[in-house]
Amino acid sequence: MTAVPAPAGGLATSPVREPGRTRSKRSSGQNAAGWAFSAPQVVLVGLFVLIPILMAFWVSLTDWRGRGSPFSTGVGFVGFDNYATILTEPGLPRQDFMTSLRNNAWYVVFVVPLQTAIALGLALVLNSKIRAKSFFRTAFYFPTVTSSVAISLVFIFLFTGGGAVNGLLGLVGIDGPNWFSDSRGLLHLAGDGLGLWDASNPPAALTDGGPLGLSWWDWLSGPSIALAALILLVVWTSAGGYMLMFLAALQDVPADVQEAARMDGANAWQRFRNVTLPALRPTLFLVTTLGLIGTWQVFDQVYLISQGNPAKTTLTPAYLSYTSAFETGQWGRAAAMSFVLFAIIVVLTTVQRYVMRDKDAIAEKKAARAAQRRRSSSSRTTFFHAGR
Amino acid sequence: MTTTIPTTPGNAAGLPTSADGTSPPARPSTGRGPGRQIGRFLAYVVLVFFAIVYLYPFLIQIVTSFKTDTDATNSPLTLLPDPVTTAAFSRLFDTQFPLWAFNSVWVAVLVTAGRVFLCSLAGYALARLRFRGRSALFTAVLAVMAVPSVVLLIPKFLVLNQLGIYDTPVALFLPLVADAAGVFIMKQFFESVPASIEEAARIDGASTFRVFWSVVLPMARPALITLTILSFQASWNELPHFIVASQDRDLYTLTKGVATLTTGQLGSGNQFPLTLGAALLMTIPVAIVFFVFQRYFVAGANEGGVKG
Repeated sequence: MTAVPAPAGGLATSPVREPGRTRSKRSSGQNAAGWAFSAPQVVLVGLFVLIPILMAFWVSLTDWRGRGSPFSTGVGFVGFDNYATILTEPGLPRQDFMTSLRNNAWYVVFVVPLQTAIALGLALVLNSKIRAKSFFRTAFYFPTVTSSVAISLVFIFLFTGGGAVNGLLGLVGIDGPNWFSDSRGLLHLAGDGLGLWDASNPPAALTDGGPLGLSWWDWLSGPSIALAALILLVVWTSAGGYMLMFLAALQDVPADVQEAARMDGANAWQRFRNVTLPALRPTLFLVTTLGLIGTWQVFDQVYLISQGNPAKTTLTPAYLSYTSAFETGQWGRAAAMSFVLFAIIVVLTTVQRYVMRDKDAIAEKKAARAAQRRRSSSSRTTFFHAGR
Repeated sequence: MTTTIPTTPGNAAGLPTSADGTSPPARPSTGRGPGRQIGRFLAYVVLVFFAIVYLYPFLIQIVTSFKTDTDATNSPLTLLPDPVTTAAFSRLFDTQFPLWAFNSVWVAVLVTAGRVFLCSLAGYALARLRFRGRSALFTAVLAVMAVPSVVLLIPKFLVLNQLGIYDTPVALFLPLVADAAGVFIMKQFFESVPASIEEAARIDGASTFRVFWSVVLPMARPALITLTILSFQASWNELPHFIVASQDRDLYTLTKGVATLTTGQLGSGNQFPLTLGAALLMTIPVAIVFFVFQRYFVAGANEGGVKG
């Protein structure tokens, strides 16, 4: 799942207007042809997307253990017990699920801003007069099209105890950690370093209680060093794809407004802040939305590199759901986790949409785009121009 | 990639520049000479730094796959294998690596062919044909595109199991052919080309499928290439689907097979030349496609931007 997650773009899509045709033109022949043409994909998507979701929802309400059909008579209906087990009932299953949510939340908090900032920064630099532009663009984008398996194998080697990363750190006198087996949380270490607390003897106020089966101390650990290595891997892999989106959007930033701002004496930062950034707002929204959706689904890297270790600090909901089903046979619970994860993604993207809404900027952007289109600059690298 | 970006800050007046922007015409004197030089220098520092960060891992990967196990472990940073050996590749071909590669190839071919054909059909119908339920169908396409793929892992297994095709070759490729995003891409493309030519063909009495096959598809070449490349890359790199769709060792694809080199019993020990060699070989097909058709990759990635 390294590819840029294009599907979710549907969230940000404005409905495409139908070509102006009247209803009377519709013939019965087109009716039949329309459905005949669509039928194969409709059947496949129904069979492998819609029906699976319905089936999984049924399984999440049962105690099915993976034997026979989940619809057979021996399978017990348990209502929302599986959801209660992972969300409200104290116990190990809830503790594990909350730990996975904790890990994934820290992962998102670090990956999304980092990859967005790097993507935007690289796009801005590449959008100036630079030699060998396409060389740099290719170098930054290539990891995005490479398999997560290949990249994970390379990073296992780079981050191994005596590996290249620690070798480089050694050159500047830093004794690097044993990345993939170090479960110490970054915030715990930072607080320790600043003298706020002693990480080996945490303050009782934080360890004594906390919501949802984890202590405050555990919630506030930050990503472990092992998870930090995964964060670096994913930021490295995905920033290039988002960079391309910013590059495409930068072409739409109206040059005359830039020039007018310069004439008015605006410095580079002011021009960026007041001209470029507002024009990039829709892309910024898209990139953070795709980032949120993608990062909450992290599975491949955990499966390949850490399997949730060390000390469950790289456990993620997607991976926990997989092991609960395929390794421990708790299919109902695993399906319930999938739906909770689904709900989290939906809620967060909705909240993010609300927070980042800005009608004025979007209207301006649309106007700018329309103006750009009227000038019909031939060099836009949009999809439709690409192949000609 | 030959296209350039017209709105570089130093060229705000829209003066023509050469393709790579290297020979700017006389700049309007805005009195920012030295500042601009420093800015440019910093830009190159940033770019070169990131280029090293991005290329060095690939370099290490290539070099290490020609090292011995001890050499790889003892000197992970050196870019000269001592001695140069192809032992890792010989050992790799003693594993089931060739079988995995074969499986990856036929799965990718079937998925790509299926997606391109069926997505064009459905995309054409949604863009051009007036039929009852069309707008509902398009809404459904958008809704399906928004479903996070990882959420489908367990559900997919349930359906494959129920249909009795779990652990069969069909389970490897058929679910991957289902693709709403491809339908969306093709629909957008067909809407961007004028309908006049196909209408002329239709007036001549050609059937809808005939018009689609002989007139529309040949015109859709750029979109078809983009979709072909995206589908090939996606199925070649796919991992989670293969994990839940089969367990038979004879059905391992490259991603799943190579993953066992590090997660399975073979993962013990420091066989870094072996695993990195495998990673290198499985990257080559996608790399070739990428460098040959780079502009289509870029176009595909920008689809997201176009949609926003």
